[in-house]
Amino acid sequence: MSETLLLDSKAIHLLLHRLANQLLEHHLDFSNTVLIGLQPRGVFFANRLSQLLRDEYKVSNLSLGFLDITFFRDDFRRSQQPLKANQTKIDFLVENKKVVFIDDVLFTGRSIQSALSAIQSFGRPQAVELMVLIDRRFSRHLPIQPNYRGRQVDAINQERVKVCWKENEGEDAVYIVNSES
Amino acid sequence: MSQLSVPHLLGIKDLTVEDIQLVFETADQFKEVLNRPIKKVPSLRDITIANIFFENSTRTKLSFELAEKRLSADVVNFSASQSSVKKGETLVDTVNNILAMKVDMVVMRHSQAGACVFLAKHIDARIVNAGDGAHEHPTQALLDAYSMRQRLGDLTNRRVVIVGDILHSRVALSNIFALNKLGAKVVVCGPKSLIPRYIESLGVEVELNLDKALKKADVVNMLRVQNERMDYSYFPSTREYVMQYGLTMDRLNRLDHTPLIMHPGPINRGVELSSELADSKHAIILDQVENGVAIRMAVLYLLAASLKS
Repeated sequence: MSETLLLDSKAIHLLLHRLANQLLEHHLDFSNTVLIGLQPRGVFFANRLSQLLRDEYKVSNLSLGFLDITFFRDDFRRSQQPLKANQTKIDFLVENKKVVFIDDVLFTGRSIQSALSAIQSFGRPQAVELMVLIDRRFSRHLPIQPNYRGRQVDAINQERVKVCWKENEGEDAVYIVNSES
Repeated sequence: MSQLSVPHLLGIKDLTVEDIQLVFETADQFKEVLNRPIKKVPSLRDITIANIFFENSTRTKLSFELAEKRLSADVVNFSASQSSVKKGETLVDTVNNILAMKVDMVVMRHSQAGACVFLAKHIDARIVNAGDGAHEHPTQALLDAYSMRQRLGDLTNRRVVIVGDILHSRVALSNIFALNKLGAKVVVCGPKSLIPRYIESLGVEVELNLDKALKKADVVNMLRVQNERMDYSYFPSTREYVMQYGLTMDRLNRLDHTPLIMHPGPINRGVELSSELADSKHAIILDQVENGVAIRMAVLYLLAASLKS
């Protein structure tokens, strides 16, 4: 198994600022926008981004929630995916709001499809957008594309993208892990 | 751990502590689902569940049916009073006929202890025991322990008193198994005629005096006197039972603390529990009902995971 560094902490810092600026450009004061971090790994990214928007860009009325898609997965009973669900925490209705899903890696698109079904339980959003830190090109099973992406990568099947966050893994970094070399 | 160690839920006795914790953690997330504007998830959309009740039930059947529908399963209901069982059909024949209609899971209540174990051996479907005679009622024990945990946190060394008709109670037996596994101390209390012999061998304390039993209790679970299962009189009169084992505000006021009051329902108001207490803030009976749906969703979801698609 080998690991190749794709993004270091400085690169992630720059990406976070760029993505925060893109969100500001499209959503202005966030009065009609809610950010939803997808459990489990999108939560770290969503927390970091919302912290940046509040502290550095002075967005005061930011709504942030976390959505777990375990019960909405399309591979229940078909794969070895864990059954254990994570916490969903959405203290607001999304009816007529602009929802931005935030996740770390976009791969097949199936998690996003499940998230699109799951969010309907909280109302009918006016629009749903997707922000990802890493977009794995050419690996989609569904016609789903991000509105905002940090970095696009071409990774082959036996390669995995590993996103590390300082608060969880002790460093901000993105690696490409090759399980066969 | 993310899977149950058992293919069926026949009794708490077969579960590990990790199984119970997994059910609780999954139920936590289903409780959140039940508070959403749309209280439904698609997990079991390709599963058909038969609710087979050979004994009367109101809340358990309703709770299972609601849990199944919240998980998007297809549901068929069957009750003995409207069935061919009355015409002499055997249990296996009845259930095989239902399974021939491609049912994946069976939730069954039966008056004979062990009926679900028998069924699990003979048919190819996941079985959930919804009460078998005076043996076990596992989902009730899970929701009871879950409701206690919600109010008290970790149950290790908590003292739980189960009062009443222990002899005929499947709720009592399942509760004893569950609470022992979770580290709580269980005391059973009731007339000597309604306490099974050798119950101490299950690791519980026996106390015949309710006031003494209540002294250090964190929880008191009041059971219904099951007149329908009594073949002769186990105590002189209802009046005497109420005086000795009925929980009233007076009795509670004599304590220097107030335990949580639970009841698996249906309550005989004025017999095992006074109306005043049943409606008081100390009673968590309606929490138990609410948690019942989340617990049953968790059990069905976790058992369905092992069904091949």
